[in-house]
Amino acid sequence: MAMAKTRDHLGRPVVAVTGMGVVSSLGQGIDDNWAALTAGKSGIHRITRFPTLHMRTTIAGTVDFLYPDEVRSPVLSERLAHLAAAEAVEQSGIGAPGDFPGMLFMAVPPVEIEWPARRDFFAGTDPEAGDAYDRMIQRVLSLNDPDTYEFALYGCVADRTADHFGTRGAPISLSTACASGASAIQLGVEAIRRGDTEAALVVGTDGSVRIEGLVRFSLLSALSTSNDDPEKASRPFSRDRDGFVMAEGAGALVLEDYDAARARGANILGVIRGIAEKADDFHRTRSKPDGSPVIAAIQQALDDGGVSTADVDYINAHGTGTPENDKMEAMSLEAVFGEALKGIPISSNKSMIGHTLTAAGAIEAVFSLKTIAEGLIPPTINYHNPDPAIPLDVVPNVARAQPVSMVLSNSFGFGGQNACLLIAAEPA
Amino acid sequence: MSAPNDVLVTGIGLVSSLGEGLDAHWHAMAETGARPHPAETGKFKPFPVFPMVPLELDKQIPRRADIRQMETWQRLGTYTAGLALDDAGLTGDAERLARMDMVVAAGGGERDLDVDGQILAGLETAAEPASFLNEHLANDLRPTLFLAQLSNLLAGNISIVHKVTGSSRTFMGEEIAGISAVEVAARRISAGQGELFLVGAAYNAERKDMLLSLAMGRTLWQGEPATVWERGAAAEGGMITGSAGAFLVLESRAHAEARGKSAYAKLSSVLSGRSRRGPGDAAKVARKQFDELSAQFGPTPPGVLSGANGIAAATAEERALWDALVAEGKVGGVRATQTLIGNAIEAAFPVQVALAALAIARHGFYLPTDGSGIELPAATPAQILATSWGFWRGEGMALVEAAD
Repeated sequence: MAMAKTRDHLGRPVVAVTGMGVVSSLGQGIDDNWAALTAGKSGIHRITRFPTLHMRTTIAGTVDFLYPDEVRSPVLSERLAHLAAAEAVEQSGIGAPGDFPGMLFMAVPPVEIEWPARRDFFAGTDPEAGDAYDRMIQRVLSLNDPDTYEFALYGCVADRTADHFGTRGAPISLSTACASGASAIQLGVEAIRRGDTEAALVVGTDGSVRIEGLVRFSLLSALSTSNDDPEKASRPFSRDRDGFVMAEGAGALVLEDYDAARARGANILGVIRGIAEKADDFHRTRSKPDGSPVIAAIQQALDDGGVSTADVDYINAHGTGTPENDKMEAMSLEAVFGEALKGIPISSNKSMIGHTLTAAGAIEAVFSLKTIAEGLIPPTINYHNPDPAIPLDVVPNVARAQPVSMVLSNSFGFGGQNACLLIAAEPA
Repeated sequence: MSAPNDVLVTGIGLVSSLGEGLDAHWHAMAETGARPHPAETGKFKPFPVFPMVPLELDKQIPRRADIRQMETWQRLGTYTAGLALDDAGLTGDAERLARMDMVVAAGGGERDLDVDGQILAGLETAAEPASFLNEHLANDLRPTLFLAQLSNLLAGNISIVHKVTGSSRTFMGEEIAGISAVEVAARRISAGQGELFLVGAAYNAERKDMLLSLAMGRTLWQGEPATVWERGAAAEGGMITGSAGAFLVLESRAHAEARGKSAYAKLSSVLSGRSRRGPGDAAKVARKQFDELSAQFGPTPPGVLSGANGIAAATAEERALWDALVAEGKVGGVRATQTLIGNAIEAAFPVQVALAALAIARHGFYLPTDGSGIELPAATPAQILATSWGFWRGEGMALVEAAD
């Protein structure tokens, strides 16, 4: 007799997590990251990768321990992804090296030719050849540089990752701005629920802190300018929060059909219980003032997971530390959870690792699973000046030992992207 | 055979160098077999480009402020998405738009070429180049340029302008992004993970920044335009990029029937694949896709809309595959659409599916546009295979047929 298939409240396959990996400015690997994170340590520091003259912001959570010199963003993004994915795949014990039996869903930062390359292409070109781009085009036609070419393709990082890990089919590269990591997980969950694949490698990676990226966010007044004391710059939920801190890192999860994972004797770290997304049509960078899209995303995640607000015992906040995000996030959570919200711990990993942009949703999912496994909630550090308009239990400054079995993890991004994950302990 | 979760194409938005809308494309590709406007061969020398026809953007993007906040590829995409929604009878249908899911394929990164040029020139003589670069980036970049560059901001603009506010996902990665976007939407509908989708992409080929990236890989054809198969047979060959926007409204049969909407066609299957592009690799992937789809073929062989792009190795490989299948009588007429439309990269596959659905709906097929022996006169196919092989990697194939 066949074993009964495990199904969720809507009759769908259950999606288990059997491996995870992470790299951030706090270090490489889950153990180092978790130790630093629960010790309330900040990974934010002064930028040394490139000169910061004339910059309003001179700090970031860059990952500087992998390459001594500045490399192209996609090179670093790939390396970060590679390390996180290798840790996840090894922990899961699935497949064989170079032979991952499932699909790849990858959140990667958008790609472009960067200034060092642009300067190289321009140097020594003929001023008579036309405008700057005509000159560079003439030059690259005579260079034969397949490496630079490859790393200027949007699909490159996922393609190389697929090659290395031997994932099945065409990899998906996606960007939903600062919700990308969560979107990658959602795509993996949906594919397993559909039965398209029994396993998925999902990765969010971002190694794109470069001069122009810093300028871009700075011009939108999104970044903290608290340069004097970098470790205290990221202050989610504080009254004096002044923006987010750009950062780098990668998070990876091995997702599997729950029954398939059980059948091969895998250690199940948790399940992705619910997923939801709701687009906002209000503005390119601001949320609808009534919070309705964020509220809808949170409510839909609960509905998708078949749970009520009373089942959620920790919230891993988007918590960027911008004045608007934290206010909007708190207001929307209150609309869904009501008075009970005050009794639910909510903390922001970004207070320590900064905002890892494309990677954030994936990294925070890893930390959410670790929170469940350890019964230890990472704090919101730099919380010394509470915002009276946000009366939440933000787990101020010090980690808290407390059993957690269901986490709501929020991710929001420019372009009206709102994604929520409901991450739960086994059993499903 | 019909099922409530069949994937139907119920709306199409299509703009390219051939014109705006389905009639313009049908006229050029099925009735004259010729480009109605000349290729652009001067502005982007040495590369020819197929330029977008002029569009009255405010017909689909009424607010000037919205148009100002976008770069060209976003305008093309937002405009084309509006055409698709109009065509599907969904414009202004607040209830349905609020639960409509969106999958967009996008590149992005459109740059301010003047600012780049000034900075590059200044860097040559600057005493402190790093300081000069920082100062000028900080002062010369428009604050809103970033939003016009971000890949997911085409989807973001579609939400703002057209109120499509279910889920919103943006795939990247050149042609494969367009293949995956259509595939994921179709698979979700088939599996009941959504019943109404807006899927598509837009590409602005008239960009020197993009041509620079493509030139690095020596992927572009130089000089006077030639057909896809001619280019593919010449030395390194090369692609001609074309500006285009293509958006599809995909809908479950049950959802379309419930609102009384007829369909152009049924999107029976979408398959994506990937090889490392060693000799024969891509053809092997495509042959496997063909074999898998062949279980669904009817009594007459399907027509083929090939997405071959003119780069020599891959084009020759794809041609050999179709030549063999034609000889075996397993496929009907073969047409390479990029001869007239060019490669619209992320939009290439959505364009292919749109053209396939159009031909099915009009009970016709497209004219041969190449005289080298592969594009032969053919009977009207009852089923159409639409392919896309990326200029770098990624192979996709869709099967499109009548909705009922």
